[in-house]
Amino acid sequence: MANAKADPSIYFVPHNGWYPVVVALGAMLMVTGFGSYLNDVKGGGDGSWVQFYTGLTILAVTLFFWFAKVIEENSQGLANAQLKRSYVWGMGWFIFSEVMFFAAFFGALFYARVFAVSWLGGEGGKAMTGDYLWPDFSAEWPVMQNPDNALFQGPDQSMASPGIANWFAPVYLPFLNTVLLLASSVTVHFAHTAIKNQDRTKLITWLGITLVLGFAFLFFQVEEYIHAYQELGLTLSSGIYGSTFYILTGFHGFHVTMGAFILTIQFFRALKGHFKPDDCFGFEAASWYWHFVDVVWVCLFIFVYIL
Amino acid sequence: MSEVVETHAGHDDHDHHGPDKGLARWLFTTNHKDIGTLYLWFSFAMFLIGGMMALVIRAELFEPGLQFVAPEFFNQMTTNHGLIMVFGAVMPAFVGLANWLIPMMVGAPDMALPRMNNLSFWILPFAFGIMISTLFMEGGGPNFGWTFYAPLSTTYAPDSVTYFIFAVHLMGASSIMGSINVIATILNMRAPGMTLMKMPLFVWTWLITAYLLLAVMPVLAGVVTMMLFDIHFGTSFFNAAGGGDPVMFQHIFWFFGHPEVYIMILPAFGVVSQIIPTFARKPLFGYDSMVYAVASIAFLSFIVWAHHMFTVGMPLAGQLFFMYATMLIAVPTGVKVFNWISTMWRGSMTFETPMLFAIAFVILFTIGGFSGLMLAITPADYQYHDTYFVVAHFHYVLVPGAIFSIIAAVYYWLPKWCGRMYDETLGKIHFWLSFIGVNVTFFPQHFSGLAGMPRRIPDYALQFADFNMLSSIGAFIFGFSQVFFMFVVIHAITRGKKATDRVWDGAHGLEWTLPSPAPYHSFTHPPKVSDAEAHS
Amino acid sequence: MRVNKLNAAGWRRAALGALLMAAAGLASADELNMPVGVTEISRSVYDLHMIILWVCVVIGIVVFGAMFWSIIHHRRSQGHEAAQFHENTRLEIAWTIVPTIILIAMAVPATSTLIKMYDTGGEDMTVEVRGYQWKWQYKYLDEDYQSTFGFMSTLATPQDEFYNRSAKGEHYLLEVDEPLRIPINKKVRFLLTSEDVIHAWWVPDFGIKRDAVPGILNELWTIVEEPGVYRGQCTELCGKDHGFMPVVVQAMEQEDFDAWYATKLKEEQERKALESMVFTTDELMARGEEVYTKNCVSCHQANGQGVPPVFPSLVGSPVATGDRDAHIRMVLNGVPGTSMQAFGAQLSKAEIAAVVHYERHAWGNNAEDITQPVDVANVEAGQ
Ligand code: HEA
Ligand code: HEA
Ligand code: HEC
Ligand code: CUA
Ligand SMILES: [Cu+2]
Repeated sequence: MANAKADPSIYFVPHNGWYPVVVALGAMLMVTGFGSYLNDVKGGGDGSWVQFYTGLTILAVTLFFWFAKVIEENSQGLANAQLKRSYVWGMGWFIFSEVMFFAAFFGALFYARVFAVSWLGGEGGKAMTGDYLWPDFSAEWPVMQNPDNALFQGPDQSMASPGIANWFAPVYLPFLNTVLLLASSVTVHFAHTAIKNQDRTKLITWLGITLVLGFAFLFFQVEEYIHAYQELGLTLSSGIYGSTFYILTGFHGFHVTMGAFILTIQFFRALKGHFKPDDCFGFEAASWYWHFVDVVWVCLFIFVYIL
Repeated sequence: MSEVVETHAGHDDHDHHGPDKGLARWLFTTNHKDIGTLYLWFSFAMFLIGGMMALVIRAELFEPGLQFVAPEFFNQMTTNHGLIMVFGAVMPAFVGLANWLIPMMVGAPDMALPRMNNLSFWILPFAFGIMISTLFMEGGGPNFGWTFYAPLSTTYAPDSVTYFIFAVHLMGASSIMGSINVIATILNMRAPGMTLMKMPLFVWTWLITAYLLLAVMPVLAGVVTMMLFDIHFGTSFFNAAGGGDPVMFQHIFWFFGHPEVYIMILPAFGVVSQIIPTFARKPLFGYDSMVYAVASIAFLSFIVWAHHMFTVGMPLAGQLFFMYATMLIAVPTGVKVFNWISTMWRGSMTFETPMLFAIAFVILFTIGGFSGLMLAITPADYQYHDTYFVVAHFHYVLVPGAIFSIIAAVYYWLPKWCGRMYDETLGKIHFWLSFIGVNVTFFPQHFSGLAGMPRRIPDYALQFADFNMLSSIGAFIFGFSQVFFMFVVIHAITRGKKATDRVWDGAHGLEWTLPSPAPYHSFTHPPKVSDAEAHS
Repeated sequence: MRVNKLNAAGWRRAALGALLMAAAGLASADELNMPVGVTEISRSVYDLHMIILWVCVVIGIVVFGAMFWSIIHHRRSQGHEAAQFHENTRLEIAWTIVPTIILIAMAVPATSTLIKMYDTGGEDMTVEVRGYQWKWQYKYLDEDYQSTFGFMSTLATPQDEFYNRSAKGEHYLLEVDEPLRIPINKKVRFLLTSEDVIHAWWVPDFGIKRDAVPGILNELWTIVEEPGVYRGQCTELCGKDHGFMPVVVQAMEQEDFDAWYATKLKEEQERKALESMVFTTDELMARGEEVYTKNCVSCHQANGQGVPPVFPSLVGSPVATGDRDAHIRMVLNGVPGTSMQAFGAQLSKAEIAAVVHYERHAWGNNAEDITQPVDVANVEAGQ
């Protein structure tokens, strides 16, 4: 639907399109496929990923066309300043909703540490719980021995920070990851500055470095998980410590993966010469997301590892 | 917030064309009116399905004994009734109204992000398809109440809970995208001169509702994700044996759940604040304080959640805090009620169907609010909690509250949407049937609750029999009158008399400056916002 | 634009009047209202309830009164012209402050009642209350919180009454095989918890209700002033038979209670003695059926066929006809994560032996073995 002429005084309303419905269909197939897989495995079966991947493919391919279309419309000059402001509001409040998603998990961590574990350990306002029902359990964080250690075998070791003095040799992975991610936030900012200065080489370089840092983060995160599972005995089923640890770092890791993926796309767009100083919303959205992921990590590092 | 908004109405390459033909129009549409229509019909269908489940419940409770359904099916009915009414009927209806009205009210060409708008809608049929299909799965559908407390919903749940969890994720995604769209539209698309404090109250209430949604839907998604992990990945968030706590589930759930109930009432406040001034032919009393009251209610809604959990055994300080905070909500809500009444005071009132529903809203919602206040008194809540007194409370705020406001909105704006008037006599009949039905259904539930009847039971002791029979009769009257409503609406769309542009002589607002029916693209050119059309 | 004469104003007034009367009627008609109850706490709660109710009724009369005045007099059909005022700062401040003051006045007695309720110390005796799907277990604890004896309290209404096959008794659904017994005028402290899902323990006449949460302990107390039987129900959705787990408490004079307590202690000793006995198959079948009817029918049904797929049939089931020790272990330990409970904590070895034997020989199951209490003891020891 190419427009004859672009008028910047006009708020562009796309006529219609098949993308959204198909995205919804893909999402539905994906989640129900995943659900069937999980239920099958729980029932002792092998589970099949076919439906999940079908849905994911539909979703991904359609989103690709969708965004390609939006980029194309933009390059035709259909998107005026006001529409771009809509995008900015949209992305901004989307990130806010993500903050609240993390808030649920941080809330769980906070509640478990401050209330649940103390009560189960016979301290605080409901100390009778621990005294009467779990006399052998004592409150500590990280929780190494669970109230019912037969049902939920506690970890052998936790991920808690060994103290700043021991962060360097051998390097403490979460600390290394903090450095990597903080650095990547800075480099993505340099890339943004490069767009403003219309310096494509610098843009590509800094964005490339950001990506390397991002993927390095993910690599070490996986390393850390392997280490936790194989050497520390810290698993998802190690009780509340393992539960909160994995859901927070895992959900964050998932976001880093998404962020890195989105930045990769921006990287290819940069290679194709897409961004202009006043017209780089796709890049900016990706970079805000990346900064957000970074801030979440800092909170994680403080609340999950250090405190 | 910049007040200089160079909104320019738009038209796309097809602006001189109308909508597409056939199914494609509805599947692929990016038009806010089409999407609004889809939302409204979808929500009405869900209302009938949820209502049929309510009728199953009421039929079983017509008299003591187990006559029609087995207890496990009864629980599935209760659960799905609650979920479908909340997420399928009320919320989408308000989103539908937002879609139809917000762009017209602020003088915009469409919603800010039209394609995403279509996506928000089309996720819903899939999500509810998943949810309803769980009823036919082996082991049955969700049977743990719409509040799905762990561990009944985790360790002890039927397998279908996995699909339920994903359905909730999808609904959450839909709501989040919907509210982002509303926010972007309101903040970015207002016509020149439409300053924030000139916006119609319906727009204001929706802006605040959208923020509530953005803040709490992700938390709901978070809590169901934790359930998923407890069920499938061996975590112990809600299991004390592993250092977790089932009560933690409730805290996180109600952090979402309480704001959620205001999500279902704030837009209703908006609707009523549009309708009453029109038929009183008098400007809304206390516009500014209305806006501040809505904002205060929204703020307070984040710090009262544990009033649903007075019996879980929180420490005393917590109980007191949540009691005081909850009681406070009566103050801004009272401000709203007083303002509506002052708007009527010394007006020049007429009582067309929308006004009747709006007045009934004010009365019956207030009664529901009063019982809410009684529930807030912690020591008394020990007696009320999880009895039919609570059921009576929330149906008073939800049915003659949220649902009546939606019905009022439909009567009020339908002429604008389809260009035809509904039949006033039929509308009045619908009103009186509904008014009587709703009170006969839910008023007796106060008494059965006080007499000690717990909720979510398929069978009950003999002393509750009379009230239950009355309540069941009322439910069938009310149910019938909503089927009648469908008839009234279809009659209006197909045979109604042509409507004038302004429709109601007392109506103010940009939407009434458009022809009836409103053109496919509302404001191709940004309208001039005169004082007469602002903050009606 | 159509203008309608509202001849319905009279109707509306009548409707509103009826509502308010109904609300006010609450105060006079006892059976419509919250019970006053038999404890100091329940009376304070009742008073709070009545105060707040009247506050609401009075505010309602004022607010709706103003509204109806306006509806009746300020109508266009009466030729009333609309005024154009839309603000009055003083009025608006007033109706913000006045409700606030009313609420503060209300919060004062509510706070003091709540503080009283939270005063759990100084008890005369302690009972552990444990929720199970779908029955209550009561254990009488000594000073060191050790159980002296305990029992299950299960719905006693026969299934025929549910299905309208026989007339419903006076206490339909509110009767149990054995109620909790407590002495009057003594501070009884309850320790609430649950074995499986969340339940809630409620006796309206005592004015107390508290959730029984698995793995968490809640405390509650009461001092009952009058002897009598007090009935309540589980008030937290706990699965299929949530509607069928009543709470029945019998408050007794101290002497009666002591006598009952002594017999229970003796029974407990006899129960222990049974564990070393050897029964005949007929005895096992008879006792087994009794235990089965009390503990297992709600899920596996009287004919043993269960409610598949959730509650498996025992007829010809691999467990009920296969290895006997595995069967015993299943009943002792339950199946974690399902509603099949660990009955080792609820039933004596003699009872488990009997029910296992019964399941292996009823409904056409014909395992070749006999199960005696000592077999259960052996399995338990061998784990
Ligand atoms: C639209 C939905 C809606 C609304 C608006 C409300 C409004 C309120 N609700 Fe309600 N509530 C629900 C929906 C809603 N509720 C639902 C669905 C549940 C049950 C969930 C479940 O468990 O399934 C519930 C349950 C619920 C409980 C828990 C009960 C229990 O489970 O034990 C409580 C307790 O405090 C409560 C309180 C209140 C209060 C204080 C208000 C206040 O906002 C009301 C304020 C209004 C007024 C008070 C009237 C007007 C005011 C005046 C005229 C001013 C002067 C008045 C005075 C000073 C008295 N609600
Ligand atoms: C907005 C929300 C909303 C709405 C509108 C309603 C509407 C109704 N509700 Fe419900 N209700 C809830 C929200 C709502 N409810 C919630 C959240 C719960 C708690 C769930 C839980 O405990 O977990 C609940 C629980 C609940 C209970 C308690 C169940 C229990 O504890 O076991 C009862 C019992 O009477 C009830 C009754 C009704 C009735 C009679 C209506 C009526 O107003 C319905 C009227 C509509 C109809 C009857 C539809 C008419 C349709 C037909 C007649 C069929 C025609 C068909 C075709 C044309 C195809 N509801
Ligand atoms: C609250 C419900 C409930 C009650 C009461 C109950 N059971 Fe069960 N029972 C179950 C469930 C659920 C299972 C299936 C467990 C599984 O998934 O393996 C089961 C399984 C069994 C099995 C194994 C059947 C098979 O073939 O897998 C036996 C034997 C059994 N129960 C015996 C008993 C006895 C004896 C009692 C009473 C003393 C009892 N049950 C009471 C719910 C119950
Ligand atoms: Cu136990 Cu409900
Ligand atoms: Cu609430």
